[in-house]
Amino acid sequence: MNKTNYDVAIIGGGHNGLTTACYLAKAGLKVVIVERHEYVGGAAVSRELHPGWTYSNCSYVCSLLRPEIFRDLELAKHGLQIIPYEGSASMLDDGRFYAHYQDHDLTYRSIAQFSKKDAEAYDRFGKDVMRQCKIIKPLLKMTPPDPTSFAPKDIMGLFEFAKYFAAKDELGGLGEKEIYDTIRFWTMSVRDYLEEYFESDIVKVHLAGSAIIGTALGPYSPGSAYVLLHHYMGEVDGTVGAWGYARGGMGSITKAMASSFKANNGEIIAGSPVTKILIKNNKSYGLVLENGDEIYANKIVSNLDVKRTFLKVVEEKELPGDFYKAVKNFKIRGSSGKLNIALDDLPIWKSIPVGDPAGTGDLHITQSIEEMEGAYDDWKDGKWSEFPYVDMCIPSINDPTMAPQGKHYMSVFVQYVPYNLANGGWTEEKRLEFGKHVMGRIGSYSKNFNDIINHAEIRTPKEIEAEVGLTEGNIFQGELTMDQLMFNRPVPGYAQYKTPIKNLYMCGSSTHPGGGVMGAPGANAAREILKDLNKKISTHYI
Amino acid sequence: MNSSEISYKKPLLETPFHKRTSENCYSNNWYRWAGYKVVNEYSSTELEYTAVRNTAGVFDITPMHKYEIKGEDAKQFINKLITKDISNIQSNQIAYGIWCNEDGMVIDDGTIFCFNENHFRIFCAERNLNWFSDTATGFKVTIEDISTSIAALAFQGPLSCKILNLLKVNNIENLKPFHFDNYNIENHNVTISRTGFSGDLGYEIWCDPSQAIDVWDSLFKFNRDYKVLAAGMSALEMVRIEAGFIQPNVDFMSAEQALRPNRMRNPYELGLGWLVNLEKKYFTGKQALIRHKENGIEKKLVGLDVEGDKPAVGSVLYDNSKKNKAKEIGIVTAAMWSPVLKSNIAIGFVNKEHYKLGSNVYAEIYHPEELDYRKIWAECKVVKRQFFNNPRRNAVPAFK
Repeated sequence: MNKTNYDVAIIGGGHNGLTTACYLAKAGLKVVIVERHEYVGGAAVSRELHPGWTYSNCSYVCSLLRPEIFRDLELAKHGLQIIPYEGSASMLDDGRFYAHYQDHDLTYRSIAQFSKKDAEAYDRFGKDVMRQCKIIKPLLKMTPPDPTSFAPKDIMGLFEFAKYFAAKDELGGLGEKEIYDTIRFWTMSVRDYLEEYFESDIVKVHLAGSAIIGTALGPYSPGSAYVLLHHYMGEVDGTVGAWGYARGGMGSITKAMASSFKANNGEIIAGSPVTKILIKNNKSYGLVLENGDEIYANKIVSNLDVKRTFLKVVEEKELPGDFYKAVKNFKIRGSSGKLNIALDDLPIWKSIPVGDPAGTGDLHITQSIEEMEGAYDDWKDGKWSEFPYVDMCIPSINDPTMAPQGKHYMSVFVQYVPYNLANGGWTEEKRLEFGKHVMGRIGSYSKNFNDIINHAEIRTPKEIEAEVGLTEGNIFQGELTMDQLMFNRPVPGYAQYKTPIKNLYMCGSSTHPGGGVMGAPGANAAREILKDLNKKISTHYI
Repeated sequence: MNSSEISYKKPLLETPFHKRTSENCYSNNWYRWAGYKVVNEYSSTELEYTAVRNTAGVFDITPMHKYEIKGEDAKQFINKLITKDISNIQSNQIAYGIWCNEDGMVIDDGTIFCFNENHFRIFCAERNLNWFSDTATGFKVTIEDISTSIAALAFQGPLSCKILNLLKVNNIENLKPFHFDNYNIENHNVTISRTGFSGDLGYEIWCDPSQAIDVWDSLFKFNRDYKVLAAGMSALEMVRIEAGFIQPNVDFMSAEQALRPNRMRNPYELGLGWLVNLEKKYFTGKQALIRHKENGIEKKLVGLDVEGDKPAVGSVLYDNSKKNKAKEIGIVTAAMWSPVLKSNIAIGFVNKEHYKLGSNVYAEIYHPEELDYRKIWAECKVVKRQFFNNPRRNAVPAFK
């Protein structure tokens, strides 16, 4: 029986577990990551599931990863490179397409085809969203202060929090109006928000996509506007809201993190599911692995989502009743599917010409907000959407490492797909039928798509849950709604990466500031753990 | 246009690639280099830079100065000219070297191609015919400025070897760094060297001006699958800073051009001491360099890792985290946000108290922001100047 002692043991080698691990190892601690699979990465992986093709088979594009983390962990040195998007488009049923480009004037003219007013409003919208992003950016790095606590650090934290709202240095101070705007933005529906700017259906629906990706809300649901903001607060080289491809797929991010971790003497035990967290007198002290081995550590950190942590690997008897109940009630609903497709050739679209940068970024086929809401209605009925919202891209156009020469890899994110399918639940036939349905939808916008499909991996929330371990296959480890954000994430009173069990911490996307391949929860958790250990490191993030 | 023709309406020459570069230069953003017009930005520096780091970029480097050195004393002449010893150089090998004046102050740097004992070719950024001719006094050697007779492209990036392979450039993957040879690109005889400014895998392709357009077109032949982009000087400036290469009259004043003697720099100050071989019997500047080495240096050109994400362009450097207690100790010569490293990097001079790796200095950054400046006092760590150094750069066989 293995009885190694560590300073810190981390359950799960997703991007947040790795981020926590890297910072702690950098501080000189003896850290081990225990990972269920033979490979690390969680939902940020590159997998060769069809010979010659590399699939980013879960998360597929990168923007939210904090540049400070990139820099601190020297991810470039460890092989990570981000390739910026050059455009994005929505294809219309009438044969036209709506596009955004890197070039501002080109984007203006593209929108003006549909509405000159909207083309101007787009700048106003961009400015307003950017202002909100600037307010929220410093909050991402904060440990949420507890508003009910009188501890000095919480009072100071609330003060800091208020200061960011005033945002004196960054934005020259916000007026009352902007504070109202912030509250409205965080609570309203994306449909209502966009209505205040735009008149054209295609403009609205193209922008609304960011508000429903990964979330069990529709564009008419209050709170959906925040999800849009959540997707805009990333950046690529100072361009806020920009997205890019990780060269070599999303696994390049976690591979680079693992390499950085090992360079600081970190240890990874792969292929070892954790079955239980060892707890005595309300203190955690170790882990039990599936093979019976035990690992002892002064601090245990869970990268698993809050439900999986406290309903699967911690025994119920160890937990206070109200905490257990709050975890059970945590909303983590599966609503997304994913197709990874190997293509024998470049898809030729009916609308977007070959070579147009609009065709190299995210592509969509939803025609209006109403159609999008209809897709959500299907989900509520326990069906996959008849007219699904797809966020698809062909990374291999820009990234030469994803597919053989002349061939392509397409990633298709599908919203909405229920975790529990009505009328008998998921079966193998239904999974394939779902994939066929989505590919049929895409095919109707292309001249050759149906003839060039070489292989497809079709994933419903069930497959995402089974492989990645995310409860219900929810990509954010829990809905990004106001009741589950900031000091309420994941559970009121436990938003500071700590848990009711002493020495047991959380670092996954279930914690503030939430999902996306951002690394902020992981880095914030590392900062709290170092504080508790009275250890200091000086990095760009911490 | 014949280079001997003079037209007052067109003070700048066009390179043999001009037909292609001008077609692609949508932004009409040109750069003046050694009397030529070369593209500064085709349409987006960001995309051109990305191509160099992700696929491959093509730079027109024809304006580089090229000198043919021939004669039985060719090798001795070069060994007198430059500070390092090339006694053991082999045919098809390339030496990177610098040359100094008698005061040991750096005039320029360049790549020196060895065809054989009696035949070399020097490529450099500044005009050097005068200096070379003066240095050649007493040597049996002829020096000819052949700058206009060779068209040149830099083909840089991770896919550069792969694409040359697809073009059936035989055995290119085995060309070692700092070597060159004759190759054939789609029925055109060219010279290819494994050299360049990107700090990554890359080649420079030298050909007769009459073949220029064909060679250019060949490099873009596989663009349906791999997006090779023509890249401008703006993108080149980015990759050379990341690679830590320095440029005369940008990072230091060439000793031949500096008006003020105290602006001249010796190799040790430029961090190029490794290019000086004081064991060598004689070379221009040797006595002075012995003294410089003994005396130590007052300042040094170093790499800086700058806090935050606002580039420290033109910043003055200080010694204290508190502005009111700070003393000026240096200056930034080049600075940028590095997209590939996600780091705020700079090259600059710092004084002798601060040039050790790991030292902290402070830059005052004036960051323009909506018609105002945000003044940032940013901590900088002294680091190696070579910020970007991909293992692909020196791998043999080359990555394809």
